[in-house]
Amino acid sequence: MAESNWTPDQPMVSAKDVHKSFGSLEVLKGVSMDVMKGECVCVIGPSGSGKSTFIRCINGLNDIQSGSITVEGQEVNDPKLDKLSLRKKVGMVFQQYNLFPHKNAIENIMMAPVLVLKEDKDEVEARARELIRKVRLEGKEEAYPGELSGGQQQRVAIARSLAMRPDVMLFDEVTAALDPETVKEVLTTIRDLAEEGMTCILVTHEMGFAREVANQIYFTDRGVIVEHGPPATFFKEAKDPRTKEFLSQIL
Amino acid sequence: MIRRIPGLDTKAATDLAVLHPFDPNGSTAPDGLLVSRWMAKLPLWTPLALAALIFAWPMAALAQNFTYGDAFDTLLRWMPFLIKSGFLFNVLISFFAMLIGTLLGTALGLGQISLNPVVRWFAWAVTQTFRNSPWLVLLFIVLLAFPFEIVIGTVIIPVPDWMKAVVGLSLPVMANISEIVRGAVISVPTAQWEASESLAFSRTQTLWRIILPQCFKRMIPPWMNWYAILTMATPLCSLLGVEELLTLTRQAMEGADNHPELLVPFYSFALLIFFLYCYPIARLTIRLERRFMVKL
Ligand SMILES: Nc1ncnc2c1ncn2[C@@H]1O[C@H](COP(=O)(O)OP(=O)(O)OP(=O)(O)O)[C@@H](O)[C@H]1O
Ligand SMILES: [Mg+2]
Repeated sequence: MAESNWTPDQPMVSAKDVHKSFGSLEVLKGVSMDVMKGECVCVIGPSGSGKSTFIRCINGLNDIQSGSITVEGQEVNDPKLDKLSLRKKVGMVFQQYNLFPHKNAIENIMMAPVLVLKEDKDEVEARARELIRKVRLEGKEEAYPGELSGGQQQRVAIARSLAMRPDVMLFDEVTAALDPETVKEVLTTIRDLAEEGMTCILVTHEMGFAREVANQIYFTDRGVIVEHGPPATFFKEAKDPRTKEFLSQIL
Repeated sequence: MIRRIPGLDTKAATDLAVLHPFDPNGSTAPDGLLVSRWMAKLPLWTPLALAALIFAWPMAALAQNFTYGDAFDTLLRWMPFLIKSGFLFNVLISFFAMLIGTLLGTALGLGQISLNPVVRWFAWAVTQTFRNSPWLVLLFIVLLAFPFEIVIGTVIIPVPDWMKAVVGLSLPVMANISEIVRGAVISVPTAQWEASESLAFSRTQTLWRIILPQCFKRMIPPWMNWYAILTMATPLCSLLGVEELLTLTRQAMEGADNHPELLVPFYSFALLIFFLYCYPIARLTIRLERRFMVKL
């Protein structure tokens, strides 16, 4: 299949003219985006412009009506799509953390590798402890989500995704529910990831973070990508009036 | 007993909700635990007061009419028999009907949330049919439709009436358990499904590993509530001639020449036994409900 043809010099995630409607409401009106391996892409834009919808399409949580999305050459818009094999490659972190409340931190992290990838439990546990250290949560291994702060929960959620050793990570406004203090600790975690070469697609309102870490910034409005470019040019030389207006409000 | 999990059955440290309160019928539906709630509200001394009333009443009447004293004596004599050969069968019937109803009801409830529309529709139809049929009618149908013995080759297995009663009573229980399971599953936020699916869990894994463990405890109070209702419905079987407390009570009174004075002590005694059995269940149900409820 197409999958086997993919080589790392081709885009890892490639969206072409993606259209998506909820009933009669067209939310994505032809979105295209190429993300190379190791790139960090930030998607910004006003509320309701379809940012969440778009990144949820990438791991098949939403299906699309037309266009194409490929992840490492695997077509997402394919009725015969093996969603599980797609989702093993694509990690996702949500705004509301969505940890499993009946499992403690380390169990949350270990569950998917043990049950889905059928990996050895001891190996997974060692990896999970390593990940806990990486997201700076030593000592919280046995804590339940209900006992953790929002920022701590979000870092467990990131570790939980990473435990599957994904090739791409999707982040949907993962700091939007946090207070300014905790935003920093989560963003640091994501920055470390990006610097280690993880391919990341982030929906975010953190312009400082986008400027510092992103390779590309995409601005969406009403279901289309209005403008995109590397942070240096994007912030200084925005051409489209909608982008300018958005930036003037937010910066 | 059951492990306590912060955020699930106690207050969470953050204000972000992890789970909605369990509400199988929607917020405007009548209270699903009405029976237990009403019963559990009665003070602890209620059973004692009831017992005292029943035993004191014939005493008070003693002066005026001698046969009330006799009635009381008769009841005392019959009591061990009524309990051992009567009420024990009510408990037995309720126990097995609950067992069958729970197993079938769980399967049916999961059927109601199946992705296969045929399975879903079928489970829904069966659930609605048995949930909205009069219990007595179901009992009669099962009693008359079931053979009195099952012949497999040369082996003849007799099916006693009380077993048929078990099947008959398990049907409405099954339908109500089905609704409890369905309600509990849909009370878990869809975000949990999405989080699980995006970790490449299959639907079955998501259901059994993520969703059901979260709502299992929430199903216990309504499940116990239905057990109490079922137990109180077992005297229906006496209409079909199944030997249980009420049948034997009637027989005992007949054996004592059907004096009208026997009516109150004997039936009050039956009432008292049911109450004594169901009252602790109701209190426990409400206690568990409070404990498992997450306030948002
Ligand atoms: N499941 C759904 N069913 C129907 N409409 C939906 C659904 N999900 C999203 N929408 C609609 O799609 C549009 C885009 O939503 P989306 O969540 O993608 O926006 P967003 O850019 O992420 O906004 P925000 O910054 O507020 O998160 C909105 O108008 C929303 O109402
Ligand atoms: Mg969004």
